Amino acid sequence: MMSRIETKFMSLREAGRKALIPYVTAGDPVASVTVPLMHDMVKAGADIIELGVPFSDPMADGPVIQKASERALVHNISLHDVFAMVKEFRETDTDTPVVLMGYLNPIEVMGYAKFAELASSAGVDAALTVDLPPEEGSEFVAELARYQMDPIFLIAPTTTDERIEKLCSAASGFVYYVSVKGVTGAATLDTGAVADKMAAIRRHTELPVGVGFGIKDADSARNIGAVADAVVVGSVLVRQADAHQDNPEAVSPAICAILAEIRQALDSL
Amino acid sequence: MPRNNELSEMSQQDSINDFMNMPDDRGHFGPYGGRFISETLMAAIEELTGAYESAMKDPAFLAEFDHDLKHYVGRPSPLYFAKSWTEKLGGAQIYMKREDLNHTGAHKVNNTIGQALLAKRMGKKRVIAETGAGQHGVATATVAARFGMECVVYMGAEDIQRQALNVYRMKLLGAKVVPVESGSATLKDALNEAMRDWVTNVDDTFYIIGTVAGPHPYPAMVRDFQAIIGREAREQIQQQAGRLPDALVACVGGGSNAIGLFYPFLNDAGVKIIGVEAAGDGIETGHHAAPLCAGQPGVLHGNRTYLMEDPNGQIIETHSVSAGLDYPGVGPEHSWLKDVGRAEYVAINDDEALQGFHDVTGIEGILPALESSHALAYVTKLAPTMKKDEIIIVNLSGRGDKDIHTVAARDGIEF
Repeated sequence: MMSRIETKFMSLREAGRKALIPYVTAGDPVASVTVPLMHDMVKAGADIIELGVPFSDPMADGPVIQKASERALVHNISLHDVFAMVKEFRETDTDTPVVLMGYLNPIEVMGYAKFAELASSAGVDAALTVDLPPEEGSEFVAELARYQMDPIFLIAPTTTDERIEKLCSAASGFVYYVSVKGVTGAATLDTGAVADKMAAIRRHTELPVGVGFGIKDADSARNIGAVADAVVVGSVLVRQADAHQDNPEAVSPAICAILAEIRQALDSL
Repeated sequence: MPRNNELSEMSQQDSINDFMNMPDDRGHFGPYGGRFISETLMAAIEELTGAYESAMKDPAFLAEFDHDLKHYVGRPSPLYFAKSWTEKLGGAQIYMKREDLNHTGAHKVNNTIGQALLAKRMGKKRVIAETGAGQHGVATATVAARFGMECVVYMGAEDIQRQALNVYRMKLLGAKVVPVESGSATLKDALNEAMRDWVTNVDDTFYIIGTVAGPHPYPAMVRDFQAIIGREAREQIQQQAGRLPDALVACVGGGSNAIGLFYPFLNDAGVKIIGVEAAGDGIETGHHAAPLCAGQPGVLHGNRTYLMEDPNGQIIETHSVSAGLDYPGVGPEHSWLKDVGRAEYVAINDDEALQGFHDVTGIEGILPALESSHALAYVTKLAPTMKKDEIIIVNLSGRGDKDIHTVAARDGIEF
């Protein structure tokens, strides 16, 4: 049976469309926002949802997503809460893939086997653990594989050709290219450099390639969409959760307005 | 997960005949250590590993390191027999390894000299560091000034308050001190922020980590630069007492002064090894910084090790009167030494550490750092339980001038 991620990319390819992948942190600014927001984002054009698992020490994230974690952790949002959110989302949406993105320690403490079992039964499709390179990740990847979940690995501007090969052979679902040297939401993109690296990645894999870190608006999404299969947008959305943290009802409309613009830009390609 | 040890501690210790051959080539100390980092840093870590491995085999590099330790740091540091304190406690003979007499006042400079020489060798013009008590920040700013490198030090906003003197010292040395407000605004958050800087400026920047934590090769590299402490002490005690000691005692935050003292003695089966963590307000209160005594294994800052964490895997805030021990993790080699039973880890609370500070100041005329005072406080418990012909070496890892304000405030004195 094809996974939700494979099915999604196949139907996008047939339609000649690029995947739009929004990132939001689960439970930011409050837990009740997240599931309705996920549904709203799908309506606004999201193809896959990347749901951030809050962590106390998000080393690869810039200030915007750090603060999102801090806001969620005020309410002690745990992996169990995140699973419950995905489960609720799946009650009415069985097609949109959900990728959990976060850091290893909450998973390490839960145990890889238990994580994989609970994530799978909640309806999670893939896990992206920022601080788990394939060299340390074989046990985790094996546990995900038992439940047909995909490990998503990052490739960076500094990644050598040799490592691109290693990462691509460990990955399934899609691979994620980090388009800038830096943390999430930081620098501006060099589209030409991204295009070069995409060519290098595609020499090693048939998997779809998503690009994230540094995509801020419709223009940059269009530029990246021209060379990638998927565009990941995070900090620019999470900033809305920050801006409307005292009025959580306003978070989803603000995020979806931005997403809709980016969707339009991608569909103009 | 490689977490539960099937073998009992004793049988593991008996089955290991070489404790000095860790880590493996991927940086693992048993189940601990490793390289848990984002892909953006992988190329830089691989470059560093290559440079470190070739430098440690290069006689010219090692000669320059030794030269600097001798003429710039002032090594060897004395091994001092604390006669008055020994007599007062009435038990084992106490020797102090005087790292407080190093240039910049602590053991930290041994490591920053080594890493700065490596940075120079790799052509990096900019160095960054995290600091808690400020000792590592000062030691980094010092070597950066000497080598003409740009230096940025990340320091938790709360620690900046506690350690104003060291902050000013770093500024005098030409470093930029960046306050870190995120998370708990202490050492762990400074380390996060330094990692973020490194990811962003990975081409021209060398990250000088101050302790035996971080991704491989840092735990092994920092240990190797600090092991001069134990090599000297091992030679000095044989010259002065004619034999090896019965016990080694050192404080453990990240654990670099401790591993520096312990490592050269790991295969000396008769030498008992004791690391002293910070019990803060007391282990039972939960307000402490003692992951080995009261934590669980997890993954933070690039390695698997014992951590202070909640049941959901979130890192929890630590507490210690000593900023340099206020860290929720510990070097992975200590985690391994604990599990295999080669070292024992105990905890000393704030009040006991303060008492240790006052004892050694009053009896020996030496002002120890509050970090080192934890080790000294444990010696006041341990020495009376030992025979008079037995020997303890305690690492006096730093001097206490930086802590005068903290000590005074606890005594209700304002300047």
